[in-house]
Amino acid sequence: MTVSRLIDELDLEVLSLPFPDREIKGGYTGDLLSWVMGRAKADNVWITIMTNINVVAVASLSDVAAVVIAENAEIGAGVIKKAEEQGINILRSKCPTYETAIAVAKLI
Amino acid sequence: MSEAISFRFLIDGDDFTSAGNASVQVKKMLRQLNFDAETIRRVSVAMYEGEINMVIHANGGSADVNVWNDRIEVVLADSGPGIPDIDLAMQEGYSTAKDNIRSLGFGAGMGLPNMKRYSDDMKITTELGRGTTVTMSFFVNS
Repeated sequence: MTVSRLIDELDLEVLSLPFPDREIKGGYTGDLLSWVMGRAKADNVWITIMTNINVVAVASLSDVAAVVIAENAEIGAGVIKKAEEQGINILRSKCPTYETAIAVAKLI
Repeated sequence: MSEAISFRFLIDGDDFTSAGNASVQVKKMLRQLNFDAETIRRVSVAMYEGEINMVIHANGGSADVNVWNDRIEVVLADSGPGIPDIDLAMQEGYSTAKDNIRSLGFGAGMGLPNMKRYSDDMKITTELGRGTTVTMSFFVNS
């Protein structure tokens, strides 16, 4: 499934979308960045409530397909700008992490 | 590449937001050199953990990256406080990071374990009050 289809199916807010056609394979949830880097796999959707600028670096280095910010968590304009520069898809959901993860799991 | 291609980066100890810049540059460089995606991911994640460690604990340092056809070596050196008990520091979940670092999502006690997990060989030399050098080697998937 592509990132753009995930956006449609889950009614996600688009914050940064340089690669809408990127394929998603699996998902990972977590807010501890080192934990995410150790466990998330390439092409995963990463669901988190963490929104600081290091999220962009972690997403880039872990090579995840997209970051989904859960709970409508606030995210700074500088973080979104950096995500666009580094080619990271960032989306946002109104739902909590648990519900978001269930919705993703039903789709992939 | 019978001879190594070498790169050196200085890691700024004060700037938490720019931590990772060197790793992202290395990732791009390895991509240009046509290494496979998994090798690139292992090198860049392990190096990022090292960068973060140097920012959190050692007020920055340097990263030397040496690239051969079949092997990549990352040497992270700092002049920080040193590691009193390496075995303890290698345990997942053990961390001496402060609360402000934890609030950013770091300090989970996963840095060194992740570096070991993602590298094929890792050596740590450390001296209290003098600093720490971590040398990681990665064998390239053929």
